[in-house]
Amino acid sequence: MTIASSSPPSRLPLGDAEGVRTTPGTDRGTGGSKGGDGRLAAVFIAPALVGFVVFLLWPTLRGIYLSFTRFNLLTPAEWVGFANYDRMFHDPIFWDSLKVTVEYVAINIGVQTVSALGIAVLLQRLTQSAVLRGIVLTPYLMSNVVAGLVWLWILDNQLGIGNEIIAGLGFDRIPFLADETWAIPTIALINVWRHVGYTALLLFAGLMAIPNDMYEAAKVDGASEWRMFWRITMPLLRPVLAVVLIMTVIGSFQVFDTVAVTTAGGPANATNVLQFYIYQSAFGRFQFGYASAMSVALLVVLSAITVLQYRLTRAGQTDLG
Amino acid sequence: MAAVTTTTTTRVRPTGRRPLSLGRILAWAAMGAIVLVTLLPFYWILRTALSTNSGLAGHASDPLPVDPTGTGFARALGLESTKDAIAQGGAGGGLKFWRYLLNSVIVSTLVTVCQIFFSAMAAYAFARLRWRGRDQVFALFLAGLMVPTIFTLLPNFVLIKELGLIDNLLGIALPTMFMTPFAVFFLRQFFMNVPREVEEAALLDGAGKVRIFFRVLLPMASTPVLTLAVLTYITSWNDYFWPLMVSYSDNSRVLTVALAIFRAQTPQSGVDWSGLMAATLIAALPMLVLFGCFARRIVSTISFTGIK
Repeated sequence: MTIASSSPPSRLPLGDAEGVRTTPGTDRGTGGSKGGDGRLAAVFIAPALVGFVVFLLWPTLRGIYLSFTRFNLLTPAEWVGFANYDRMFHDPIFWDSLKVTVEYVAINIGVQTVSALGIAVLLQRLTQSAVLRGIVLTPYLMSNVVAGLVWLWILDNQLGIGNEIIAGLGFDRIPFLADETWAIPTIALINVWRHVGYTALLLFAGLMAIPNDMYEAAKVDGASEWRMFWRITMPLLRPVLAVVLIMTVIGSFQVFDTVAVTTAGGPANATNVLQFYIYQSAFGRFQFGYASAMSVALLVVLSAITVLQYRLTRAGQTDLG
Repeated sequence: MAAVTTTTTTRVRPTGRRPLSLGRILAWAAMGAIVLVTLLPFYWILRTALSTNSGLAGHASDPLPVDPTGTGFARALGLESTKDAIAQGGAGGGLKFWRYLLNSVIVSTLVTVCQIFFSAMAAYAFARLRWRGRDQVFALFLAGLMVPTIFTLLPNFVLIKELGLIDNLLGIALPTMFMTPFAVFFLRQFFMNVPREVEEAALLDGAGKVRIFFRVLLPMASTPVLTLAVLTYITSWNDYFWPLMVSYSDNSRVLTVALAIFRAQTPQSGVDWSGLMAATLIAALPMLVLFGCFARRIVSTISFTGIK
């Protein structure tokens, strides 16, 4: 999603100037006659449209349909009405996994947003070094699988350097991923490590849109960095911050890889996030209908968040005038 | 004070020298800590990969590799005999690392080249061609941005199964090969901002629209296309959930899936950390190199457009 220009669809399309067409022969064979560039456009749009319909539109509709069926892949889907939803509402594991997911999202988003904002402001106010920006981005180049494995090793109870340092400082070793209370915060922080640099760069893009004169003027007036942050940076960044926030919330609701590699939902379902439960229902128990119903629930939650956040974004913009 | 030195210059750089204050020292210290937390895990991967498992047990916090050796890498690459691997606390199962690497390269290349190319074509049609229903179709594409990927994964799996492409590299690539709404959206933005005169000049020179797309607009878009391509490649390379659903054997196993299996295969008591970290490094290295080649352009494109 483009952030620097957040209202692009309203821009007027740059059509072809009339009269240019008078050059003879140029349009021949490319389909341009009085209907515009219809035939050529059809050719150009075809592959993307096929991909869109087959792998995005159709699956979306089908996912909703499957949520009303009993389906195990082997026999045809059997219509069962709201049975899957009924089951979902009475499934304590579903509610538990939703709770775990929300807990994960809250920690992940809270820490990530604050850290990313801090990094972005440091990158803007301290130095605009491209090298530093590149360094901050490096964890983003790792897969969640790699990030999960590395931190699994660093936080290992016996041999991990993290726990060696903790022990060296005289504290008790922490079973980060094997303990019910620590596991979710740990996974949330691992994903912060991987994603914070990217989020910081997105916010940095927003910061670059703030005219530097404002800081210089404030400085002449004797404003401190702290004051400039709250009076200039925060108000002007708020719309961008809101857009970045909505994208990261939607992204972090979809946590799966790190859980799958590090804890596999354990200990005692403590990290059984919704995605993992959906995956297990589908591929562990072949309950594709039930898994689809939970996917629909996730879609509903995400849509609600999107709507809510768009409202907040708009509120932020009108606030600034 | 600072204002005095910059009276004549119109563009004031925020990076200009300022007196070192306590605040700035603290800010630099914070920056240093961030860099440290960001980069130390990478060093720790390397240090562990070059150590032996028996050595690690006794010297968990040594900053340098313990008993420096290449056996971790040999094991990860499947160059060590099964017996040696097990003796080293490694996986007993066969590892076809080169196969997984090749699979990852094939899938990511296929996805990136096709997705960017088809998305660019569609973006051009949306931005520069006039046809009936264009705005409606584009609105549909935009709506597609709202659908989270997780939602389409299960139905797509069913579809790929029906197409008989389970455990096939094409099955992994197919759903993202033709387009993503974002790629279309992002490139359309760029094409719309190209001045109309550029196109008119080419038309007057007798170039057709197809030619204009390939010879004029696409080359002009090389920086956004390159950035998008590298990010697409990285995303595709790092993808785990979808390949995990579709892969069942070495035929279609990509590196991320193979890594997770490698981890699952190592003994529960006494994990093969050396081999695991070596494998991790090998899996991550291509992306580090790729990024290293284009870092400057990518970082500035993200910094100034905020593409996601």
